[in-house]
Amino acid sequence: MEARRGWRAVPKVRHVGFFTPNEPPPPARTQSGPPDSNSPPLSNSPAGNSLSPVMIPPPRHLSDNLAHRATSPLPVPETSAFRRPIPGGDRVAVVGSYNPTDSMLGASPPLTSPSSRIGDGEFSEESSPGWFRRSNSAKFASSFPGGGFDLTSIKSSETLEVEVKKPVEVPGPNIAEKSGVAGAELQTESQSSSKPLKAKTTKAERRALQESQRAAKAAAKGEATGKPAISSEGAATSKPVKQQPSRKKDALPAATSVAASDRKGVDRPPEKERKKEVPPPRMQFDDKNRVEKAKKRAVVNQTEARNRVELFRHLPQYERGSQLPDLESKFFLLDPMHPAVYKVGLQYLAGDISGGNARCIAMLQAFQEVIKDYSTPPEKSLTRDLTAKVGSYVSFLIECRPLSMSMGNAIRFLKNRIAKLPLSLSESEAKESLCSDINRFINEKIVLADKVIVRHAASKVRDGDVLLTYGSSCVVEMILLYAHELGKQFRVVIVDSRPKLEGQALLRRLVAKGLNCTYTHINAVSYIMHEVTRVFLGASSVLSNGTVYSRVGTACVAMVAHAFRVPVLICCEAYKFHERVQLDSICSNELGDPDAIAKASGRMDVNYVDNLANKENLQLLNLMYDATPLEYISMIVTDYGMIPPTSVPVIVREYRREHLWI
Amino acid sequence: MPDVQALVNDFLNKLKKRKIEGSQATSRQTAELLRSVISQQRVPYNNQAGALIDAVKAVGEQLIAANPVELAVGNIVRRVLHIIREEDLSLTTAAMAGLNLSAVSDDEDDEERDDLPVLSAAVVAAAARSTLRPPSLQTLLEDMPDTAAIPHTSSSGGDSEGKSKSADKSSRSRKLKHDVIEAVNELIQDITTCHEQIAEQAVEHIHQNEVILTLGSSRTVLEFLCAAKEKKRSFRVFVAEGAPRYQGHLLAKELVARGLQTTLITDSAVFAMISRVNMVIVGAHAVMANGGVIAPVGLNMVALAAQKHAVPFVVLAGSHKLCPLYPHNPEVLLNELRSPSELLDFGEFSDCLDFRSVTGSPLLHVVNPTFDYVPPKLVSLFITDTGGHNPSYMYRLIADYYSADDLVVKRRTTSGN
Repeated sequence: MEARRGWRAVPKVRHVGFFTPNEPPPPARTQSGPPDSNSPPLSNSPAGNSLSPVMIPPPRHLSDNLAHRATSPLPVPETSAFRRPIPGGDRVAVVGSYNPTDSMLGASPPLTSPSSRIGDGEFSEESSPGWFRRSNSAKFASSFPGGGFDLTSIKSSETLEVEVKKPVEVPGPNIAEKSGVAGAELQTESQSSSKPLKAKTTKAERRALQESQRAAKAAAKGEATGKPAISSEGAATSKPVKQQPSRKKDALPAATSVAASDRKGVDRPPEKERKKEVPPPRMQFDDKNRVEKAKKRAVVNQTEARNRVELFRHLPQYERGSQLPDLESKFFLLDPMHPAVYKVGLQYLAGDISGGNARCIAMLQAFQEVIKDYSTPPEKSLTRDLTAKVGSYVSFLIECRPLSMSMGNAIRFLKNRIAKLPLSLSESEAKESLCSDINRFINEKIVLADKVIVRHAASKVRDGDVLLTYGSSCVVEMILLYAHELGKQFRVVIVDSRPKLEGQALLRRLVAKGLNCTYTHINAVSYIMHEVTRVFLGASSVLSNGTVYSRVGTACVAMVAHAFRVPVLICCEAYKFHERVQLDSICSNELGDPDAIAKASGRMDVNYVDNLANKENLQLLNLMYDATPLEYISMIVTDYGMIPPTSVPVIVREYRREHLWI
Repeated sequence: MPDVQALVNDFLNKLKKRKIEGSQATSRQTAELLRSVISQQRVPYNNQAGALIDAVKAVGEQLIAANPVELAVGNIVRRVLHIIREEDLSLTTAAMAGLNLSAVSDDEDDEERDDLPVLSAAVVAAAARSTLRPPSLQTLLEDMPDTAAIPHTSSSGGDSEGKSKSADKSSRSRKLKHDVIEAVNELIQDITTCHEQIAEQAVEHIHQNEVILTLGSSRTVLEFLCAAKEKKRSFRVFVAEGAPRYQGHLLAKELVARGLQTTLITDSAVFAMISRVNMVIVGAHAVMANGGVIAPVGLNMVALAAQKHAVPFVVLAGSHKLCPLYPHNPEVLLNELRSPSELLDFGEFSDCLDFRSVTGSPLLHVVNPTFDYVPPKLVSLFITDTGGHNPSYMYRLIADYYSADDLVVKRRTTSGN
């Protein structure tokens, strides 16, 4: 590690995106340690108290890298001799990222703050329960077990790194003090993991995400495949992680056929590898064979809705009403299902938890419970068995409600962490480390990211503004409240739409906090847009072609705002960015309960189509999401700063590794 | 007369309380009311037309004031005024022909009328020509000397006395009233059958397997779609529900009852679905002279989405919806805010309604407009009972139905008083 740093030239820092004038000069915020100077300064931004820009170091074309693999477009410094013979594998791993060490460092500052034990109390009080619409929303912070994972053994060998890390200076009063320790811990964490593994597991995970059931089945197959990578890894990181070979062998659990092919690809030219970077196709529900297969595996007993819209046959749509009681009755029968996961699944199904962040947090916490209660069955390895378990839980959750892309990213992260558990750890240590990883993810990628976004976005609120928001986005709500706390004088227009009417809850909360609110429905958006000066919208996901995938109606609002020349700001945490692309709202979407369309809540007089629900000619379509084209979006506010929508692929590419904490 | 006044008051009340829904019903009832006003109006010996016009204007002004947003009322008042003028004109020309007045007497008549304000056939003909007939080189040339006289005729027509051929006039006046009522009947007939005339054109616009999107409910749209369905076209309709009134549910119900493939979507899904739609067909509340449309709320959004995806945006409008006025700030001035209770349940939100800011103004506002303004550039085609038209042509189409003198109903009457 250290040696690697020595080779590297200090990168020039490129600034991307919008800069707030009052930000401190970037050099001041970069790590002060000489070797660290090449770590991307942007890494501070999520943790940084002040508004920070996005800074992306340019790709480094180091001579040594080039020498080793001229074909690789993104040079990766060699970490060890073990890696050199498999440039293809390396390349896969780091596609989209500039430098392993860098990314580790880059990842560390965000990690620094929340992951540390000092952090949890602080964050728990800072994240007000209302932000995530969940009764036990504060739990993610409080339940965090005091950062109690024991990394001492690793740390000792990593002293140099720790030292290196210690001078890290993070601006922001609330996080600065813990940065050193946390950074060190983090470092060890990231050190112990290695790239080639990541790539493969990522593959496998993505695959598993799609057909996680299959993943479990194929786990046995993939057993052998992980071996060389692991060994190379162990050597590369040169830690106390030197493992007994038996452990290494099955360290790659989720490795399915994909992983196998990945391995084959190790020696192939990078083009092939790049192909595999493309996310695998999603399950298409008009493919009868696969639907049948999926049904056989399914836990949830679902009947296909009869009267479906032709255009959306490729999306799952089930008869509502029967699932929930059915599942509830099976509560004690479903042996393999952990109760926490089961509960979350039921909550998804019933719609008790909604909103990307709340769902993601609920899921991660359920997995935390799972991990806490987990004990490795005899004759099995923790890594493999746990990944399979998580895979089956995920598929259960998918049956309850299709996952959002942000949740997919979180699952990818978790599986990655499981796969890369240092083999030296005992079971309890491994569990602890996973739990703290999850906590760290929640804190850094969601809670802290939200805080940064709030700071960024609030700087765009001026006195006298009329801010329009659509539906109910927790980030936007935080922005509005924060701007209000800052004493800015503004008015809020809440645009709402059927059937969820999520805006009403937001309206209630904002009015209770003393904000001046105007409430209207989406049809009136062009009436109200005359007076609006800014539009703040949340997003479920931001795709790499700049399309914003969000609650249905967002596109309408953005379009009207665009027509009225009102700037549209999308507020979205970077963990929701996804490398998929999408042009319309039809190819990939989620169908809600069609019966919700027929009934107008609170309007007894509207029941025209109630009795027609079963007519063949009438279809009710309850779309959940839509895709907003990028030309309607003025900018996207993320934890990395404020960026134009065209820069989304840059973030996705440059920070993917960081998102997974390789 | 008192019974007419009672009718008028009754109708005024209905308008004020917004009891009459839909521009078609409004316009039909307005026309019927005006018919009875005309039939009850005692016609003076002379200047029948002037008296009728005054009577209609007096009632019309009240009606328009009762619900200024319901443009159909004003349209019908103007149409009736136009009818009176037109009938008067045709009668005068006929009378002139009977009197063997040659065309050469045009100039003499002008002079005569300048001195003695008699409702001269030639003058009226010349005055009306510009609005009633398509302009040609000849009419333009003929009009030249008369231009100054036109306003004079209409405004001073009321005080013309004596000096005209009395016997001839009286026979004419009795006939005038009769003709006017006939013409108003025709107008009412037109209003009631405009759906059919528009629907007849449906097959020309809807092809097999078309996907059509509409928002809210309009009887014209319903008839239009059903007419195409009857002609064995099979197509699919997406109906946006049109919250908060949910008229789309009604339309969907009707369409399903008539066997059309219907998909009901939320308004928010319009943008998501529009890319798969071949044509947007909507009804209108009123069509302004510039080709802009006052439409049910939400249609501006639909029109923008349609424009983005290059989907034709077709507006169906009966001729009673054509308004000769040009809109100014129509989103606000030609709009109406409905009850907030349609959006928020007061019972549920009673706790929020009490919150006040420091200054005492309430924190919570609810906006529930009724109409949207769709600018002409977003409209691809108007289909009226006379065929399809471009937005840019609407001003000319409208000129066929109204005379320029009646555009502002109010000012004329006040000046008359």
